[in-house]
Amino acid sequence: MNPMPVTESELHAYADGLLAQARLAEIEAYLASRPDEASRVTAYRAQNATLRALYDPVLDEPVPTRLTTRRASSWHLQRYAAGLVIACVSGSAGWFLHGAGDQGARLARAASADDMPLQAALFAHQAAIAHVVYSPEVRHPVEVGADQEAHLVAWLSKRLGTPIHPPRLTKLGYELVGGRLLPGQSGPVAQFMYHDAGGLRLTLYVSTEQSQNKDTGFRFSEQGPVNVFYWIDGKFGYALSGSIDRGALSRVADAVYAQLDKPAQ
Amino acid sequence: MHDDSAAMLACIPRLRRYARALVGDRGGADDLVQDTMERGWSRLSSWRRGSDMRAWLFGIMHNLHVGQARRPVLVTQPLEDDIPVTPVRATQADGLAIRDLESALRLLPSEQREILLLVGLEEMTYEEVASTLSIPLGTVMSRLSRAREKLRASMAGRTMTTSLKVVK
Repeated sequence: MNPMPVTESELHAYADGLLAQARLAEIEAYLASRPDEASRVTAYRAQNATLRALYDPVLDEPVPTRLTTRRASSWHLQRYAAGLVIACVSGSAGWFLHGAGDQGARLARAASADDMPLQAALFAHQAAIAHVVYSPEVRHPVEVGADQEAHLVAWLSKRLGTPIHPPRLTKLGYELVGGRLLPGQSGPVAQFMYHDAGGLRLTLYVSTEQSQNKDTGFRFSEQGPVNVFYWIDGKFGYALSGSIDRGALSRVADAVYAQLDKPAQ
Repeated sequence: MHDDSAAMLACIPRLRRYARALVGDRGGADDLVQDTMERGWSRLSSWRRGSDMRAWLFGIMHNLHVGQARRPVLVTQPLEDDIPVTPVRATQADGLAIRDLESALRLLPSEQREILLLVGLEEMTYEEVASTLSIPLGTVMSRLSRAREKLRASMAGRTMTTSLKVVK
């Protein structure tokens, strides 16, 4: 009696462990006498194993909340209708500035009410958002790196319409990483990023759209885990953000202020 | 109803694993899972209690994926600069085989890739695949066979080039 012919489907079923028990021995005997077919089955099993090695780790990744929450209403959209706080709802910024979103929305509402101190606070809040959005970046922390500082200075000066240059903070242990252009309330703002030897990052946010605001002295604001020193000086607004304590940040802010006061070298 | 929602939520990790392998990039894969969950929630009342929730959701995902593929969309290039600072998995020990398979997978037609993944990753039986994708069993088998042979051919080609380099 001849054994039943082995089908292509049965070879796959054998590779996948889906073959009926009764047929196992026959298939194994078939494969034992056909090395080519046996290596095909081995390759299929290896494919399955490799797929699992590649993608099983996804099973253990934390599930993003957007996948577990039903988009029942648009309450959060209305809440952030002020627009600028929209960055809060995405990615790490939302987590880091958890709670500060309320503050942002309140500030945004108040800012339209011609309230100068609040407008300055809103400026600090925007700087803090820009800080939490960009400072954790591994691959793209800045648009133009410090290795091209001349280009960075020329570019940002041109876009902001005024000479602007990153202060040197080397004496305080902070090296320039580079900078980027960002949208502000009505036009471009610049962000310079610095880091210390341990990789801790500070950002300096520079706006040239503050002419409607009165000058301020140094002000300090806590935006979640981010501390911000900010001041308005003529049309310029400066905000220095970082997750370092107030005293340390204040020393850096002093150094920034001292250098900005002088014309660019 | 509450239990049904919980059952749906429990499927998310597997939907994500499958979507990642199907789509390739993390953001696009999670978008697909999110769309699947939303459609699932809106149709949860039509889900037949006692039937396989996983197959139902994978079927929804399949339809969405096919729909997306048909719709002409603006082609976007993921920058892959989103949050994860820690790599999803340690990649130091990856053999060439693993990375090669990943790129060979991208070259498969999506209808073959789906079946390969539902079988190889999701460990569905061929009958389950057929009912999830609403296609005949014979189609499942022929696509599976073609997918595996293509992968094998591209892997064999690469392995050959690689082994030529390790002449002692």
